[in-house]
Amino acid sequence: MKPDELRNLAQREAELRKSYRYRINVCCSSGCMPFGALKVLSAFKDAVKELGVEEECYVARTGCIGTCSIAPAVLVEPGDYLYQNVTTDKVKEIVKEHIVNGRPVKEMLYGNEAYFKKQLRIVLRNAGKIDPLRIEDYIAVGGYYALLKALTRMTPEGVIEEVALSGLKGRGGAGFLTGLKWRYVARATGSPKYVIANLDEGDPGVFANRTLAEADPHAIIEGMAIAAYAVGASKGYIYVRSEYPLAVETLKKAIEAARSMGFLGEKIFETVFSFDIELRLGAGAFVAGEETAILASIEGRRAMPRPRPPYPAHSGLWGKPTLINNVETFANVPVILLKGSEWFASIGVKNCTGTKCFSLTGKVNNPGLIEVPMGITLGEVVFEIGGGVPPGRKFKAVQVGGPSGGFLPENLLNLPIDYESLNKAGAIMGSGGIVVLDDTSCMVDTAKFFTEFCVDESCGKCVPCRAGLYKLYKILDGFTRGKGSLEDLNKVEELCEFIKEASLCGLGQTAPNPTLTTLKYFRDEYIAHIVEKKCPAGKCFKNGGGESGVE
Amino acid sequence: MVEENQGLSKMIELTIDDKKVVAKEGDSILKVARENKIYIPALCYLEGVSSFGGCRVCVVEIKGSTRVFASCVTPVSEGMEVITDSERLRRYRKWAIELLLAERPHVCSVCVANGSCELQQLATELGVDHLRVEREWTNYELDLTHERFAYDPNRCILCTRCIRVCDEIEGVHTIDLMFRGKNSKVIFDLDDKWSFAESCTSCGKCSAVCPVGALYVKGKPHSEVKKKELVSFVISRRIEKTIG
Amino acid sequence: MPDTGFQQVGLKVDRRLTLLENAIKKHQYKKDALLEILHTAQELYGYLDRSLLTYISKLLRLPPSHVYGVATFYNLFKLKKPGAHVVTVCMGTACYVKGAEEIVSTIEKEFNFKRGETTEDGRLSLFVTRCIGACAMAPNAIVDGETIGKATPEEVLKKIRTILEAAKVEAR
Repeated sequence: MKPDELRNLAQREAELRKSYRYRINVCCSSGCMPFGALKVLSAFKDAVKELGVEEECYVARTGCIGTCSIAPAVLVEPGDYLYQNVTTDKVKEIVKEHIVNGRPVKEMLYGNEAYFKKQLRIVLRNAGKIDPLRIEDYIAVGGYYALLKALTRMTPEGVIEEVALSGLKGRGGAGFLTGLKWRYVARATGSPKYVIANLDEGDPGVFANRTLAEADPHAIIEGMAIAAYAVGASKGYIYVRSEYPLAVETLKKAIEAARSMGFLGEKIFETVFSFDIELRLGAGAFVAGEETAILASIEGRRAMPRPRPPYPAHSGLWGKPTLINNVETFANVPVILLKGSEWFASIGVKNCTGTKCFSLTGKVNNPGLIEVPMGITLGEVVFEIGGGVPPGRKFKAVQVGGPSGGFLPENLLNLPIDYESLNKAGAIMGSGGIVVLDDTSCMVDTAKFFTEFCVDESCGKCVPCRAGLYKLYKILDGFTRGKGSLEDLNKVEELCEFIKEASLCGLGQTAPNPTLTTLKYFRDEYIAHIVEKKCPAGKCFKNGGGESGVE
Repeated sequence: MVEENQGLSKMIELTIDDKKVVAKEGDSILKVARENKIYIPALCYLEGVSSFGGCRVCVVEIKGSTRVFASCVTPVSEGMEVITDSERLRRYRKWAIELLLAERPHVCSVCVANGSCELQQLATELGVDHLRVEREWTNYELDLTHERFAYDPNRCILCTRCIRVCDEIEGVHTIDLMFRGKNSKVIFDLDDKWSFAESCTSCGKCSAVCPVGALYVKGKPHSEVKKKELVSFVISRRIEKTIG
Repeated sequence: MPDTGFQQVGLKVDRRLTLLENAIKKHQYKKDALLEILHTAQELYGYLDRSLLTYISKLLRLPPSHVYGVATFYNLFKLKKPGAHVVTVCMGTACYVKGAEEIVSTIEKEFNFKRGETTEDGRLSLFVTRCIGACAMAPNAIVDGETIGKATPEEVLKKIRTILEAAKVEAR
């Protein structure tokens, strides 16, 4: 594709979009699909035809709008009217009233404006508004312009500088400065170089990356291509969980489309830059999301992490310099190049710029996928966006950062969400999971649940993680069954310290977080279990054991 | 964070326990320490094969960092200040040994390796006189099918020495790990009984390097197998390295 | 739903074998394509049995223990034949918090087997999975590919019974 062709295509597509008075976006992501989204989609197409408004109303199959609790969700533009729980029998009325008569059906609308008010959608800029399977939709909203700009008007170093100035940090959890990482790879000697997009989102209750891939796959592809140009790579891999069939399918088709349009392949935009992407499927191993384990997995080995150094930037895939970023990091890149680093750096807080996607789940009224500016407080997320805990219940704790994130109590709800503040409080940014717990959740039981998860997912290489976590799980399990003494609490803390400090990789190093934070903020619950043999939430001690008490 | 790579055989200076030493860049802290007669306890480490970094017994502190590092897999660098012994390190090493002892039923009195077991020696050395965590009574089946060797998974500490020696020195890769995490198990071929593992050359290197009593030679005192044969393997490996 | 027609065939020459060989060729017999090949093999055969793993190890020139080690490391690869009908319960955080454990233990009790297992008659398998991503509709259970959101133990049990009953009728 030539630069002019992109411009012309974008213009044509934009005009086409304008020629429709209405656009009905039907969310067909993994969250809405199980609840009949595809049937709703075809019902809309039929209804539009039947009522003779085909010419003025476009029905699109889109990705996630973010309001997973009202699945299937339908968004009508202009005006962003969001319909909730749309079933096939409601379709005709919506088309008739809203499209034909121009009167939105108020009683079917999602009345929760607060859900979107505090959000800022940069990564999810196109989610729910474009058809992920139509590359033209992406181009119409400025897609692949950033790649064009990078290739034709910027040097690789210039691109890195722009990303560095934006202050963007790795969205995979560790929060390493993206620009710096790119610079390391760019300066490393060795050829070829590789770019890997990490979409091995194995955390239970986290679906931000999946949603992004399903809703806007080209943002990831474009970001990767820009990164490849910046660091001098010619080959890229997207490592995606095979448990995400829709994301896999969407990415596969998007890569093919990008290839056929010439955004991937040889001599992109008639420059000397060539780059192609291959999809690699994970196979059910959480630890494979770790930087060095992902390498082992792509090389066809057991996903066991190795110590760093050497860092993948110097010795990655097959010993070659390799850039590994989370897909969310890559999706930020095109916008940064188009709108400039200054604009990006103005969002969020100092030292932590931009936005972060979170899956908001648990005992909260409005669960779903949200994107918020860095620095927003936990309370704002839980109560303003999430609408608080269900009626009649009391907020107890919020977990940030996936299975190895810490639990934070009510008095920390003023904590701003940024890497540093979360770490200090014992939580982590992780891959972006926020789970809300109310007074029916037992903190000991919950800590046990997450420890068990890490036990299952430990690769088994190092002793602290393999043997230590299992012992930790056994002790916690004992607490939920009335075993253990107060001295055990000190032992738990000591064991946690060993696991945290001496484990080889991030999985082991963060796995004690749930236990440590619940011990710190909810110690009275542990004491109640041990001394009074009572579970304040009424979860444990059932049939001689905890909830998961299957011997 | 990322150190620049400046050629291979550059010599550098660092301190280990306040002692100034000169080392080849890229060598591991453990190797350099041993060359300078500084003792760091280690378990899964085996000279002559690649390092694994799993047991975490050889952890050391490096000034300027709050973490601890497995010295067998951490390369030395210019000006590095290594501490090989501290209250904290002793505490961590003790935990590592205790957790290994508790992971499977390591009962010395009924073990072939009693008296020549590296785990046992380290337990004594680090003052492990009781276990703070409950012992697991795993019940893996013994493999006595091989005419010369035996394998008892209940004694295995998953150090992977056998796997590395089988792959890197004997060159057949009969042995590997199956499953993961606490369910990891050393296997032959497709988790076959030893005598049915077609790729095995019956060389015996695995049993010679096993630090505990998991892999052993039938009817021979463990101490004898280990002392004699381990040395010869390591020597043969060195000769290979020099020639190659 | 009818039986998927899955039968263990050993490794006789058939279409599946040809497709598997094609996949291996497409990857140019590269050792690092092992995961991709295992995925393909499982898609074709339903699970990875010994003969299949031996065959793959020979074609990719990988040690059998390496292939076995990789196949058992990743949860997704099944080394045993799954049941004719499959129930998967999501055990992601959101589902756990909202009572997924109760669903699992109810099924376990009802059919007298444990998660990860298949009933003796080979008719039903029960798996737990880590987050299918429909957290907002937690807890979720998947019965033969159909997702039940905001599921209750009774509801899931009813669905299983209906499916097993239907299969019985069909078999007659």
